[in-house]
Amino acid sequence: MIKLESKVPEGKLADKWMNYKFKMKVVNPANKRKYDIIVIGSGLAGASAAATMGELGYKVKVFTFHDSSRRAHSIAAQGGINAAKNYQNDADSVFRLFYDTIKGGDFRSREANTYRLAEVSNNIIDQCVAQGVPFAREYGGTLANRSFGGAQVSRTFYARGETGQQLLLGAYSSMNRQVKLGNVEIFPRREFLDIVLVNDHAQGVIVRNLLNGNIEKYSAQAVILATGGYSNVYFLSTNAMNSNTTAIWRAHKQGAAFANPCYTQIHPTCLPVHGEGQSKLVLMSESLRNDGRIWVSKKAGDTRSPDKITEDERDYYLERKYPAFGNLVPRDVASRNAKYVCDEGRGVGGGRAVYLDFSDAFHRIGKDGVKDKYGNLFDMYKNITGVDPYEIPMQIYPAPHYTMGGLWVDYNLMSNIPGLFVLGEANFSDHGANRLGASALMQGLSDGYFIIPYTIGNYLVTENPEKVGTDGSEFKEAERAVEDNIQKLLSLNGKQTVDEIHKRLGNILIDKVGMSRSEKGLVEAIQQIKELRNEFWKDAKLVGRADDLNLTLERAGRVADFLELGELMAVDALHRNESCGGHFREEYETPEGEAMRRDDEFAYVAAWEFEDVGKWQLNKEPLVFENVELAARSYK
Amino acid sequence: MNNENLNLALHIWRQESREAKGKFEEFIVTVSPDASILEMLDEINNRLEKEGKIPIAFESDCREGICGACGFVVNGRQHGPLPKTATCQLHMRNFKDGETIYLEPMRATPFPIIKDLIVDRSAFDKIQQSGAFISFNTGSAPDANAILVPKEAADASLDAAECIGCGACVAACINASAMLFVGAKVSQFALLPQGQLEKYERVQEMVAAMDEAGFGSCTNTYACEAECPKGISVINIAMMNRDFIVSKFRSKEVES
Ligand SMILES: Cc1cc2nc3c(=O)[nH]c(=O)nc-3n(C[C@H](O)[C@H](O)[C@H](O)COP(=O)(O)OP(=O)(O)OC[C@H]3O[C@@H](n4cnc5c(N)ncnc54)[C@H](O)[C@@H]3O)c2cc1C
Repeated sequence: MIKLESKVPEGKLADKWMNYKFKMKVVNPANKRKYDIIVIGSGLAGASAAATMGELGYKVKVFTFHDSSRRAHSIAAQGGINAAKNYQNDADSVFRLFYDTIKGGDFRSREANTYRLAEVSNNIIDQCVAQGVPFAREYGGTLANRSFGGAQVSRTFYARGETGQQLLLGAYSSMNRQVKLGNVEIFPRREFLDIVLVNDHAQGVIVRNLLNGNIEKYSAQAVILATGGYSNVYFLSTNAMNSNTTAIWRAHKQGAAFANPCYTQIHPTCLPVHGEGQSKLVLMSESLRNDGRIWVSKKAGDTRSPDKITEDERDYYLERKYPAFGNLVPRDVASRNAKYVCDEGRGVGGGRAVYLDFSDAFHRIGKDGVKDKYGNLFDMYKNITGVDPYEIPMQIYPAPHYTMGGLWVDYNLMSNIPGLFVLGEANFSDHGANRLGASALMQGLSDGYFIIPYTIGNYLVTENPEKVGTDGSEFKEAERAVEDNIQKLLSLNGKQTVDEIHKRLGNILIDKVGMSRSEKGLVEAIQQIKELRNEFWKDAKLVGRADDLNLTLERAGRVADFLELGELMAVDALHRNESCGGHFREEYETPEGEAMRRDDEFAYVAAWEFEDVGKWQLNKEPLVFENVELAARSYK
Repeated sequence: MNNENLNLALHIWRQESREAKGKFEEFIVTVSPDASILEMLDEINNRLEKEGKIPIAFESDCREGICGACGFVVNGRQHGPLPKTATCQLHMRNFKDGETIYLEPMRATPFPIIKDLIVDRSAFDKIQQSGAFISFNTGSAPDANAILVPKEAADASLDAAECIGCGACVAACINASAMLFVGAKVSQFALLPQGQLEKYERVQEMVAAMDEAGFGSCTNTYACEAECPKGISVINIAMMNRDFIVSKFRSKEVES
């Protein structure tokens, strides 16, 4: 059994972080340059961490599989980033942002972490503005805000529909400055394949140079994983094509606990699936729900065009069922309800899509007004579907989008492996069982700019890890294991391509470990995934060489890891006999069809410890709520 | 959505490595008009892998036109025939049944070919590392609304900052000039109050890095703007040139 110590500091919620920072040990400025730190990933979390640690004087090495660190998946975030600035004077506050986040997460996150996130949210906006991020502005020159799902205040900062791009370019620019100053070194086109432990401490990494296949070793006094989420386990998701679980999964197999793997988010506003050859699902930012109204026909199998369906024949089902929040209910609620109306045959043309209609907004603020706010999203929709959303209502359907689960971390963002820190979407820390819109960018940047730079110093001073170099036996063994795995993959010469197997895994998961889950389905899923994994290791077909740029090999390694993670997601979902947030168990719903949480038994973090492939031990970190009441989530 | 499938003859550039000699390989395919051009390549690759052949190497990640990872030349046009569209957003409904399509890498001397349709664009990172930032450390920022930014300035800065760094502008230019890219990066900061203090130093550093990376000069053909998937305007080049010239006078003044 591993020891899960959350290290949440004592004291009043609002004082915890301040007091903790004061008590932490700090590295003297001149000593900082003696420490080597490895960061895997250059998304918002990784780039902001690298930039800030570089500023502090640490020697930082950043690795990314992209050709340029600017291309991390964070670049695709559209809608915005939350902060408790209260610039709209609508009674927002740190406590309200904290409360919305913890309630949105269905009371399955740590109070102290979530509060700290809300607390530093304001610093993030200050930071980004000073960096030159061109956020949307009012005519008076102040920052503009929009509202997002799960909140009744307007606290989301944005840059058209390209907020992630602009925030990432901001972090990238700060990181570039440190490259120029010699504090940060970037290694692009490198894939992390394993962590190296020396005396049970994270002290290095094994990476593959994706251009020539060279296996390279690097050592450091601490290792940070900021490698993003694992939604691509479903094959079709809104994530970038290359997003994967390999980094956190391999660390998990080395002993890092994996927390709440079944908490995945299926985003309500994505483009519907068009056909077999589809490679990914495109997200239409949730901000569209601010001005768009979601509806389906009251009749099942209605094949009329939308303009022929009159007002009283339409069911604005979210507005009807949740009058207080209407179209702005949290994502899990919006997605599940879309699934239900489509299950009833009331989707567009009887299929799997619902309308997102802007007619009212066109009347209220005009087509130009809509264009100003959402122009690029409307263009994107038209480009992909060939249909003009200014004329015909958009069609949307939910798609896997974000993973709240991830490696378990303590208040310092350190996993249970000393010296291994995990930031951004890759950790489990702040969103509980469901993440609110515009909160992932906030978390990534909070982890990177404002938390890790402090907590890592405390670790380095307290543990004083040695400089180990890469000649030790631990490095040699890890290198050999990585090479063996590559050879094993390349020797597969069966009949199915890696993509074909990945698609089959995705189908099992979306069907049985998706928006709605049941005991029967989960038991089946576990069996099917085990079988599929065996099939992969017998019948997959790989081509190409180890010492070359080999995209098939890259995908195969990632799919092999997904095939193990997929099973753990089902195992976790099966053990959690309750419904909460994105995890909806059909056996646990209220008479009104809402999620039924079971706080007496399940108010804990499920942190799974790897024993062998397909075998885990469950560890529980109890969740204690001292500042919020565990209310049933209601958006009525 | 969903019309008749298209039958196409594809000629795709295959080149094993930087040093190897490349050539076009022909593929006859039937494809759904709703598929994107990259999804068409996915299908071809799936088939190649099944046959034990090496798939076509191409890059892509977000497939939403924002990461800038994808991009090749389609029938002689960077990112294909549609204006303001990245390769990943090019759908097959824009082609006609029976058409012949040529796919080749974005060629430019500063972007050596790595394999098939993949080129090395790391020179762009080097330019940005030379000065595309505002120098200040985390933690020292004033309240965000303490810096008022006129809406027009923020919008104009964002227009420039939308650049996805795909390299189409360079590959489209007969001189392999990176002026549109660098101009956009310079203006993004120069248009904002926060970017003023280092405005002249920045432009000098970045232009020097651009020249050092071997990009050519600008002869005002505007092919870059025409091929840019984000519609970045050549006004950015003019603004950069102005700042650059002023910066030269300023450094003279400082020296004298
Ligand atoms: C389409 C879309 C829109 C979104 N919109 C919003 C929004 O409006 N607001 C919001 O708050 N959130 C949004 N999100 C969520 C948010 O974008 C992500 O959760 C967040 O950006 C993740 O950041 P990250 O730094 O943790 O990881 P990422 O940005 O995913 O970065 C991961 C990094 O790790 C590297 N990496 C991964 N594995 C390896 C490996 N094995 N070896 C080497 N490098 C590796 C990658 O190269 C990359 O650099 C959106 C997500 C999507 C998919």
